[in-house]
Formats: sequence, structure tokens, C-alpha cells
Amino acid sequence: MNLSEPLVIRHFTGLSRLNFGVDNGFYPLGSCTMKYNPKVCEEMARLEGFSLLHPLQPLQSVQGALRLMYELEKMLCEICGFARFSLQPAAGAHGELTGMMIVQAYFKKKGESRTKVLVPDLAHGTNPASVSMCGFEAVEVKSDSSGNTDLEDLRAKMDENVAGIMITNPNTLGLFDQNIADVCRIVHEKGGLVYGDGANMNALLGICKPKDLGIDVMHLNLHKTFSTPHGGGGPGSGPVGVVEKLVQFLPLPLVEKNGDKYAFEFGGENSIGKMRSFYGNFGVMVKAFTYLRAIGSDGLKQVAENAVLNANYLLSRLRKHYHLPFDRVCMHEFVLSDKGFPNNVTTNDIAKRLLDYGFHPPMVYFPLIVKGAIMIEPTETESKETLDRFADAMVKIKEEAAENPELVKTSPHSMPVRRLDAVKAARQPDLRWKE
Amino acid sequence: MQNCRSTGEVTESMANPDDRKYTKQHEWCKVEGNTVTVGVTDYAQKALTDIVFVELPKLGTKVEREKPMCVLESVKNVSDIFAPVSGEVVEVNTELLSTPELVNKEPFGRGWIAKIKLADEKELHALMDSKQYDAFVEEEERK
Repeated sequence: MNLSEPLVIRHFTGLSRLNFGVDNGFYPLGSCTMKYNPKVCEEMARLEGFSLLHPLQPLQSVQGALRLMYELEKMLCEICGFARFSLQPAAGAHGELTGMMIVQAYFKKKGESRTKVLVPDLAHGTNPASVSMCGFEAVEVKSDSSGNTDLEDLRAKMDENVAGIMITNPNTLGLFDQNIADVCRIVHEKGGLVYGDGANMNALLGICKPKDLGIDVMHLNLHKTFSTPHGGGGPGSGPVGVVEKLVQFLPLPLVEKNGDKYAFEFGGENSIGKMRSFYGNFGVMVKAFTYLRAIGSDGLKQVAENAVLNANYLLSRLRKHYHLPFDRVCMHEFVLSDKGFPNNVTTNDIAKRLLDYGFHPPMVYFPLIVKGAIMIEPTETESKETLDRFADAMVKIKEEAAENPELVKTSPHSMPVRRLDAVKAARQPDLRWKE
Repeated sequence: MQNCRSTGEVTESMANPDDRKYTKQHEWCKVEGNTVTVGVTDYAQKALTDIVFVELPKLGTKVEREKPMCVLESVKNVSDIFAPVSGEVVEVNTELLSTPELVNKEPFGRGWIAKIKLADEKELHALMDSKQYDAFVEEEERK
């Protein structure tokens, strides 16, 4: 069949308008740091000197690219306090796997066979998955009533058979784990290592260094914290940083500087090997590098301060209307719940109704220790006006739930499709185009 | 069952049958001779919401008490199901592969998951009876 150009253009433009991203609206998806991605970063990544490189080009012809990787690594080391970073891992979970393989290599070299890794009940699901992928058994550590790691439970479970702990700070309740120093001490005393999940690093930038908290190995999500597009729009990048004693285990090659020349360093018999073809997602590195150079160290600190300020502003507007299971000053995000909501309107209904108000819903039903969790992360790039409009919508939905619950329970009403049958989609997925 | 939380949606509850034993992770097990049939409770299936996929244990696997033995996946969550007793998996409910919703519809009946040949009968003493489990669920819901 012949299709005219205007018909094709209208079809695809129409489809593109059904999409939703940070470029057309507020996206407070907790745990995902959906901040605005500056367009200058895209422009830099598209410079021909970067975008047309071939990974097998002679090194003397890619000195600029190597310098960028070298300097990006140095900046990440400065931000986190670590000795070195590998830029290879392609995303957060890949970084976790890399980090756990480093932990494994560390104990193998010491001649110890530790079989377990501790994972808090608040952890992202990828943490226990990474632990299992490396052949360790994941052992859950409980949180206490104020949302910190339960030290008593930790002490009971930490022994010489445990390789370490995977911890996220701030945790997935958006709270700074006030026990972090004790957690690291207890784990270190038994010879274990502390893995830091950098998912929530946005709250700490320029304020404190993970190494100073006692963390030995950690991944960062360049695509979240350092503002490159992600979430279906990827790709990601999950560099892994380590303290001095773990440098020998990092994936290779690393970029070294000799005089004014840059080169790949492939030596090192203790390295866990290569984690990705060639050198990682280079385009993402260019964007993160641009972001860091554009805002500088003062700007970075402001990112954390404003991310925390925005979250606490929203929290202060919503706490009168929504149940707050852990009532503390939050970091970059916070967790509400649907407890006590009128007419059995649930978190799922609230999330769907938010679509009608033009907002991407928050993260829902996570973390798992909060029933009906609603996890909101506004990020630093939103204005007070946007935060107010969102808070107004959340308050209005509560009123609707009391006065006209059906309106909320049958939402969304203004989307191209109504409420989707998620169960049918999962049980009988229809993944192929059929004529 | 790991991370079991009710969604707060109010639906009618099924009674917990008194012909079997229960765990704190919301599994049930019914003893017949030296074989134990294992499933999840009504409270568990509600908390998990609609089950869309069941990863059954392999026949012949040796399972250990309170260690993960299989996985239930819902729209909301992926949860480990723990073995209530140690032993060998001697039968699995293959019906669940094509109709995982049986776990939701008949958690105490056709939604059973696996049968385990009991390794140590004494392990059964550690489990709750239906009255103790009723009280345990009540306590959980108050949280």
C-alpha cells in the first residue's frame, strides 16, 4: 500500500504525542531521580569528535576521548572519596554485579569462602538479585521503627561467613540511615565489606563522601544522578568505585595518564576481567562529564540541597492529608501510604487519577515494608509552582475519594486508554505485531 | 512468603482450614503420611495480588526448611515461597503453569504448589495450627 508523506508524518507525530517524559511534565517517580536532562549534554555527546569514534581506532587518534574518561573518573573519585572507578558497567544493576564480583574476588584472594551477603529489607530488588547472581545467599536485615538499620538484627546475622552488606543510604524510605557508621563498623569488625548502592546519591552530592561513611565499593548511576536520559530512553551507565585495597580487582582496562599522553592499562592479574565490550557506554560518559563541568562543585552541592529542600517542601504540604509511616525529615524523597484513605480508595487508584491531572505517578507499592507505599521524588529541577500544582492535585484526589470515590476508582478518564488490565497483559502477553 | 503485606483492599476472607499447619511466612502444609502438601494461605494470595506466573520447584530437589523453594510473581511483586519443612520435592502442581490464578481462587485447594517428602517429622512441631495462625494474621493486620 502506498502512504503519503503527510499521512506517515501525522501518524508518527501523533504517536510521539502520546509519550510522556520529563520534557513535558512532572515525573516524581521515587527511586528513579527523573531530573531534567540539560540539552547541552546531548549536544556535546553528538559532537562528531565523540560520536563518530570507532572503539578500535589507534590510541593517538582518540586522546580527547581518553582524557574525558580519565577526568570523569577523577571527578567521580573526588565526589565519593574512592581511589579508582571503573567506567565499564552499563547500568546500575550491572554495576552491582561488578561490585559483588569484586567482593567475591577479594575473599577468594584472601583464601576465605564466605557464602552470605546481608541485604536490608528496604533494599531495591536488584540487590538480592546481584547477590544471588554471584552465588551468595542473600540474608535479610530488618529496619527498626525509625527507618534505620536494626543494629541488633545486624549483629545477630553478621559473622565470619558473611562477605558483607549491600546498603543504600539514604535508604528507600528517603531517610538517611543514622546507623550507617555503626553498620559499617559492625561489618568491618567481622572482616566483611560494605557495598554502597548509589541509587540515592543525588541527596549526598557535595555534602558527604560515601567512603567517609565507611563504604568500600559502590556504583553510581550516571543516568540518574548526573542527568542523562533514562527509563526507556537509556542507555545507562553504572561506574563502580572502590577503596584502595580493592583497586586491583577492578575490571580492565582503566585509563592511565603518562606525561601528557593517555592510554589504556590492561595489566593486573587480580582483575575480575572485562565487564562489557570495549569501554562502557561512552556517550553517557560525555553527557555526565558535561553536566559535572557545567555545574561545578558548588553546583553539585546545590543539586543535593535543592533535591532535599524540594522533597521536604512537598512532604510538608502533604503530611496533613496522607499517612506518613516514618515521620522524620526526609532526604531527596519520601514515602506516604494510602492508610486511612476514604472509601477504600487505594494507592493504585491515586496513581491512576494523577494521570488525569497531567502528572506521572510516583513509585507505588515500594518499598515493600510500607503497605500501599507512595514514594515521591521531586528532584532539584522542579519549581515551587510545579510542586504546588502536584500537591494541590494530591489533596484534591483525597477530597474526590471522600465525595466521589467512583471517579477515582475508575480513573484515568483523560488518557488515550482507560485502566489497563495489567493481570491479563502479564498472563497472556501479546508481544507480536499481527496484521 | 517474603515481604507479605496486605494491600488494604477489603475483600471477604476465607477461613484457614484446621486440617493443616501454618508458617509465619504464610505458607500452609497438609500432612498425609510422610508427604506434605504445600501452598500459600488466603492472606498471602491477597497480599501478593493477582498471580501471573509460578516458578515451580524442580522434581527431586532437596529443599530446606525456611529456605526459598519456588517463586510466585504477581503484577506487583515477585516473592520467594519458603519451604515449611525440609525434604524432597516429589510432586509439583503443573496446572499452575497455565492457570496461575488458581493460587488466588483456591489457595487451600487446587492452588497447592508442591508435595514434599518429609525428612524430619519433628519440624512439624514448630509450625502453627489454624487457631494460632488466625491470631498471627490478626496481629499482622493491626501493624
